[in-house]
Amino acid sequence: MTTALSIQDLRKVYGNSFEALKGITLDVQQGDFFALLGPNGAGKSTTLGIVSSLVNKTSGKVKVFGYDLDTQLAQAKQCLGVVPQEFNFNPFEKVLDIVVTQAGYYGIPRKQATERAETYLRKLGLWDKRNERARMLSGGMKRRLMIARALVHEPKLLILDEPTAGVDIELRRSMWDFLTEINAAGTTIILTTHYLEEAESLCRNIAIIDHGSIIQDTSMKALLQKLDTETFILDLKDDFTELPELNGYVIRPRDAHTLEVDVPKSQGLNELFKFLAEQGMEVTSMRNKANRLEELFVSLVDKNLKQERA
Amino acid sequence: MNTRLLWTAFVTIVVKEIRRFTRIWVQTLLPPAITMTLYFIIFGNLIGSRIGDMGGFDYMEYIVPGLIMMSVITNSYGNVVSSFFGTKFQRNIEELLVSPVPNWVILAGYVIGGASRGLGVGFIVTLLSLFFTDLQIHHLFVTIAVVLLTAILFALGGFINAVYAKTFDDIAIVPTFILTPLTYLGGVFYSIQLLPGFWQGVSQLNPILYMVNSFRYGILGVSDINIGFAFAMIIGFIVLLGGYAMHLLNTGKGIRE
Repeated sequence: MTTALSIQDLRKVYGNSFEALKGITLDVQQGDFFALLGPNGAGKSTTLGIVSSLVNKTSGKVKVFGYDLDTQLAQAKQCLGVVPQEFNFNPFEKVLDIVVTQAGYYGIPRKQATERAETYLRKLGLWDKRNERARMLSGGMKRRLMIARALVHEPKLLILDEPTAGVDIELRRSMWDFLTEINAAGTTIILTTHYLEEAESLCRNIAIIDHGSIIQDTSMKALLQKLDTETFILDLKDDFTELPELNGYVIRPRDAHTLEVDVPKSQGLNELFKFLAEQGMEVTSMRNKANRLEELFVSLVDKNLKQERA
Repeated sequence: MNTRLLWTAFVTIVVKEIRRFTRIWVQTLLPPAITMTLYFIIFGNLIGSRIGDMGGFDYMEYIVPGLIMMSVITNSYGNVVSSFFGTKFQRNIEELLVSPVPNWVILAGYVIGGASRGLGVGFIVTLLSLFFTDLQIHHLFVTIAVVLLTAILFALGGFINAVYAKTFDDIAIVPTFILTPLTYLGGVFYSIQLLPGFWQGVSQLNPILYMVNSFRYGILGVSDINIGFAFAMIIGFIVLLGGYAMHLLNTGKGIRE
């Protein structure tokens, strides 16, 4: 299988001596939907900035579909589409002009650029807004405009830096569907997001970066299997008078008729429900306290922080 | 990128730049037209009629080439400095930086875009001047070549200024404190022959004097300076500033972290 993105021993030291990347190595395979996660300031945007030529690296190698950024920059850039975190289009330009102009930078003639712009603006629900100035669009529309702009030259690798930040749930889900569709059509996608539910739903492989180092690089499935405890919230029909205690489970009260229970993966839920039924407690509903990936993410980042401090 | 792709990318940048300054024509094309009309009325007609001849020509005829050149210089410079700084400020420079457009095409696109505004305004001012005087071009090649090269030179200057600029103040400092004084003292309104010897020598250190005078030579056939030297100097400055602008782009100064 072809490697879509290959990063080897990538380092970045900013002018103020801050070491943002401490020699990271990472491979993303063609066709993958890859999550690059990390807390704020971990080095995600620096990594993607170097890959997209917006940040100069200090050392290391980056290849996009085998094209070395140092020696075959133009070919590497042809393969790459970038949706940045911040809005970075000219707000005074018309929506259609922004997309057509971007196509022009890739050498696509105006007629063909206009046809492609129409295709992607229609797919992203922006065709009706094509003659509006970009500043008149809502936040969600601006995000979709940046996706249309990044796709107009039909890149093989699409980098999305928090594409759904500030987007409402309905729109976020429609964007997920769209991204899943283009990934299924063959576009490799690298995604950073703070919505871990998003990464869990969309991505097959994941890397977690913290303090400039990769602390996890594995498949989503393998990572989630590492989760040995899940926390559930149980709503009871009646108020409880005494907090129940069950060996192997940690049970905490949230209020008079709600319990928070840490459930070890080795023990499961059956034993808990059986126990609660024996105690005369009827459970009316149940939900995860946090997204599974979120629990893992927090524990991994905490662990890394403790190791760094030690 | 092959030649066809490069050409498409170059034309895209130039068209984007031309669309920008024509979209905001009230800010870009109208003010110099009004300012220059006032210069023609006040300096050319009202005051000029009392001054009499300058360099063997009616004062209005004498200042018209200088005023056209002043418009070309300030607008070529102003277009690139504001456009490229705005592009940096709004971060839409990233649209270009992630694309495969080589740096020399980015520079050429902005410079030709800026020169287009300079030449466009120069053309408007030339048309306006026809309401006040008859223009007969003495040397067409010199006139066209010098105005074209000057527009390119100052567009390059504007580009370098924009690369270094971090605030809106930074894009106003050079035009206000360097470009405007040099233009006014560059023989737009007078022949340096009127100055005492020492100040004639000082004036000859001003590069804008050579551009204004060679353009005036192209139109009127009179000049305070040697035309060949003026061309060599303008081309020399273009090579120097062009090389420096490329160095800035290649190192990512002010545009890449």
